[in-house]
Amino acid sequence: MKIMKKDRLAAFLQAVSGEMPLFLPVEKGETTAFARYTGEETPALSSVRTGISPKDLFFPQCETLYTIKTDSPGIAIAPAARAQEDFAVFGIRGCDVHALEVLDEVFLRENTDTFYQARRQHGILLSLSCRRPDTACFCTVFGNDPAEPPGDVAVTEGENAWYWEEKTEKGRAFLKRFASFFREGDAVPCEEEKEKIRQIAARLPFGNLSLQGWGAGQTARRFEDPRWEKLAQGCLGCGTCTFVCPTCQCYDIRDYDTGRGYIHYRCWDSCMYSDFTMMSAGNNRTTQMQRYRQRFMHKLVYSVENNSGLYGCVGCGRCVTRCPSGLSIVKVLREMREEEAHV
Amino acid sequence: MQRIREILSGWLREGQADRVLGWKKGELPGMREPAFFHTEKELEELVYDRFCGPNLSKFLIAAGEKPGVTAVLVKPCDSYSLNELIRENRVRREQVRILGVPCKGNVDPRALEGKGVLAVREEEEQLMLSTLYGEEILPLSQVLLERCRVCRGKKHAVYDELLDPGQEEGPAGADRFAEVARLENMTEEERYAFWQGEFSRCIRCNACRNACPACNCRVCVFDGPAFDSSQKANAVPFEESMFHIVRAFHVAGRCTDCGECSRVCPQRIPLHLLNRKFIRDIDTLYGPYQAGEKDTGRSPLTDFTTGDCEPGAWEGA
Repeated sequence: MKIMKKDRLAAFLQAVSGEMPLFLPVEKGETTAFARYTGEETPALSSVRTGISPKDLFFPQCETLYTIKTDSPGIAIAPAARAQEDFAVFGIRGCDVHALEVLDEVFLRENTDTFYQARRQHGILLSLSCRRPDTACFCTVFGNDPAEPPGDVAVTEGENAWYWEEKTEKGRAFLKRFASFFREGDAVPCEEEKEKIRQIAARLPFGNLSLQGWGAGQTARRFEDPRWEKLAQGCLGCGTCTFVCPTCQCYDIRDYDTGRGYIHYRCWDSCMYSDFTMMSAGNNRTTQMQRYRQRFMHKLVYSVENNSGLYGCVGCGRCVTRCPSGLSIVKVLREMREEEAHV
Repeated sequence: MQRIREILSGWLREGQADRVLGWKKGELPGMREPAFFHTEKELEELVYDRFCGPNLSKFLIAAGEKPGVTAVLVKPCDSYSLNELIRENRVRREQVRILGVPCKGNVDPRALEGKGVLAVREEEEQLMLSTLYGEEILPLSQVLLERCRVCRGKKHAVYDELLDPGQEEGPAGADRFAEVARLENMTEEERYAFWQGEFSRCIRCNACRNACPACNCRVCVFDGPAFDSSQKANAVPFEESMFHIVRAFHVAGRCTDCGECSRVCPQRIPLHLLNRKFIRDIDTLYGPYQAGEKDTGRSPLTDFTTGDCEPGAWEGA
């Protein structure tokens, strides 16, 4: 167990950011987000979740795939560069690391998305256990432990110290590189902190959500359920839930006409939008109920079938707190629960 | 609450309404969601309290496709949105039955976020929170939505019945144009930096547009393949700054200042300030005008009179 004194963190962050790009949660207006640390920012490590998830460090909201220039003789096509240098992400929570595992399934398993792959290879995840879980959190429902986040190094905050546990070879190399900040120490105080977290997690009101009747093979059972209509009635059709979600991975590809060529880019898309998967023959989902249903069927049924059994939700709670109409996946799970799960 | 249910139950019973649009409890304390109620039994789930922030007016456009009459609860500021939709013929007056409910100001549920709130109750201008981490007391004045701190007044612009007519003359809040004046007094560089900072957080989720009762085009110009840059891209400068400005121009003269844009923004961008600037300019150039006050007639920007100000006469341009 490696231990760092509490007041050494600022110097540590400074040292890391001097060696490689470092991203961590910072205050941004009245919300928080992961941002590159330059020493000027106020780290926001006490809030359990950032306003939007850190997925955009690996799967940016908008990225250029290649550019086309048509203003010189002939056409020049230049592919965009892949990530080439290591970077560190400090303060990413267990739910958001789990979400990256879902994205890995989508972007790396069958076909390799080399843009995403390069960022995953170069990213070092210094994950942080959740000292103050929130009532909107329900990561335990999807098998996560807020006290034991996956990642390259798992960090736990104590009263007077930060506890660092290497989880991968990448993590070991990182801790070695910054060894001067750590001392070897007793793991007991860290375990005590984790126990406190688990005790709080056991009291979370959404902790008893049931996944009974969801998962692979449940399409026929769930798709025509009349309750979808009622569930979707407050949906405004905005993309907030999908854009704050750490696992939503759908994107659109477009060409931006610069007048002297094109920027071929991709950007996050949302199944809540009326032009999502629009084809020349029109759109296969014509009502908001159908779009709403798609989002949750994807997360609770199709994802499990297609992504090695992983649900497309990690229980981060962002959709719960950000939906303008107060809707969320929690509501879906509660309203459509199977009676047998509650006996 | 009991009285509200009685009135609405009566409307359903007597065939004066076929459904009720109101609010019910969401999944966490202080969370309220728009919902339709069809029977007296369903109305047991109806709630009306300080947490009922969502302006229900816009849902009436879609509800208008259903047969019959939709009864709706409207707070004073919501009533202006609804009346404007009636003026624009997007909601038909005879298809809605309006119960005007008094408002003491809405709590911003984000004020409770991250605190681990298990239960909340209101007590003498304070919110008493019971959280995973102990008890906490928040003065209500600190947790109201911005639009409620600068409340325009408690009068309803349109209604069929008022729950509490005595409340119509209730007090207004602080000066809603103070922040606009602060921005106007900035240098151009300062103002540009202010908005760049705010817009840099935009994730183009379109919550502002979709919640806005004045944004009621059947198909938004930003939806669809006509634009090179799609509605979802936020990387090019156009998307970050122009989208919001285009939208503010489009709703100018029709925006009632209901504040939904800022309430729903997941990134907490003070979008209402753009609209409020336009409202202030219209007031200055054409005389005081409140969109949604009347359900007929033209707004200053869709009317022409020989007394109109000359284009370009503004601010010595």
